[in-house]
Amino acid sequence: MLAKRIIPCLDVDAGRVVKGVKFVDIRDAGDPVEVARRYNEEGADEITFLDITASSDDRETIVHVVEDVASEVFIPLTVGGGIRTADDIRRMLNAGADKVAINTAAVFNPEFVKEATERFGSQCIVVAIDAKQVSAEGEPLKWEIFTHGGRKPTGLDAIEWARRMSDYGAGEILLTSMDRDGTKIGFDNALTRAIVDAVPIPVIASGGVGNLQHLVEGVKQGGADAVLAASIFHFAEYTVGEAKHYMQDNGIEVRL
Amino acid sequence: MAQRITVIDYGMGNLRSVAKAVEHVADDKDEVLVTDDPRLIEASDRVIFPGQGAARDCMAAISHHHLNRAVVDAAESKPFLGICMGQQVLLEFSEENNGTELMGLIAGRVRRFPGGTAPDGEALKIPHMGWNRVHQGYEHPLWRGIEQESRFYFVHSYYVDPAQRELVAATTDYGVSFASAIAEKNLFAVQFHPEKSADAGLRLLQNFLDWAV
Repeated sequence: MLAKRIIPCLDVDAGRVVKGVKFVDIRDAGDPVEVARRYNEEGADEITFLDITASSDDRETIVHVVEDVASEVFIPLTVGGGIRTADDIRRMLNAGADKVAINTAAVFNPEFVKEATERFGSQCIVVAIDAKQVSAEGEPLKWEIFTHGGRKPTGLDAIEWARRMSDYGAGEILLTSMDRDGTKIGFDNALTRAIVDAVPIPVIASGGVGNLQHLVEGVKQGGADAVLAASIFHFAEYTVGEAKHYMQDNGIEVRL
Repeated sequence: MAQRITVIDYGMGNLRSVAKAVEHVADDKDEVLVTDDPRLIEASDRVIFPGQGAARDCMAAISHHHLNRAVVDAAESKPFLGICMGQQVLLEFSEENNGTELMGLIAGRVRRFPGGTAPDGEALKIPHMGWNRVHQGYEHPLWRGIEQESRFYFVHSYYVDPAQRELVAATTDYGVSFASAIAEKNLFAVQFHPEKSADAGLRLLQNFLDWAV
């Protein structure tokens, strides 16, 4: 049977990994190739790069990052951040990415997802969803899609949106709880479960991981097919290998 | 001895990863080519036939690039590794796209996964995407140094069902037990992506380059 996947995520700004990585045995903690190689050695099932480069002058750097990593790290690579056109997708795939994550561009132009999946195949199109709970306490749970790092509401219901993206051919959903992102108190497992139950495609849970038990809960309570985490791995609080062993000890099938 | 390894490029899918992974395990003196030129394919020592996408598109692309003959010749004469769609199109017929005639090098059909739910209650989502176990059916030079039941990376919705069961070099469970690798003489073909399967995948590619048929 399929293993549940652990996906470390790297934020890349102008070609450099940001959020102070503190691996003792890495010479250059800002070098995406070194960090990716390290995660690969630890047993990461995939690696996701989130390009957060603000300056348009530096936007090309992520292509080189993907090229360099893809020449040395032989596991699936996903690139998100600033994917807006078919050309963006083609450039990333040609550079060696296996999947691209479309976020804001999907919200502004949902047809883009349909075109992208028809042209490049569902297997390489991930739709990234940033959701926030909008129901008050005591009300039935409801989440809405937000853009701009969780600042701008869109009026789109998260469950309906996930269904639509799946209908448009998305191969996978990368689901981030904007309420939990950066909090280290665990995934919003109710959100994950609601989306998992709504769509027939794999769902990656993201946002809020602070310890290894959170990863287990994301799979067991949330029903996620894969769990994504950034800071617990970046700051070497845990290795990917430790995370996998912990999950296995808790009855989850992983690749070891 | 230096050898020439050709990755057949017919416009279906990103071959860069395949070429990069092969370069990674090849000797410095080896030459890794990505080409659709039948003459270069014929002149090479080993041939890798990858592919992604829908069956009908793949068959159309093979025709469009005038590669039918070159692929058949290579598959019959030299170490040949099919990957993903490069495995599926070797069979006779696919259920994909309301039925698609394939190259017919290997008797059998390509079927869609049934989906549904596994005995443990887990949903069998389609595509079958991620790391699954590969059960080696028998010893083969391409399995050398790879542990039994190693996990490889898969992305596909259809699987091969060869008529001759003795061609099945490995099986994988996903609702059905399907042929994740088939082998016949100089031909080896896998459903998974060795170029994305970390150490086990690189080892398989290395074994392919070392394979003395």
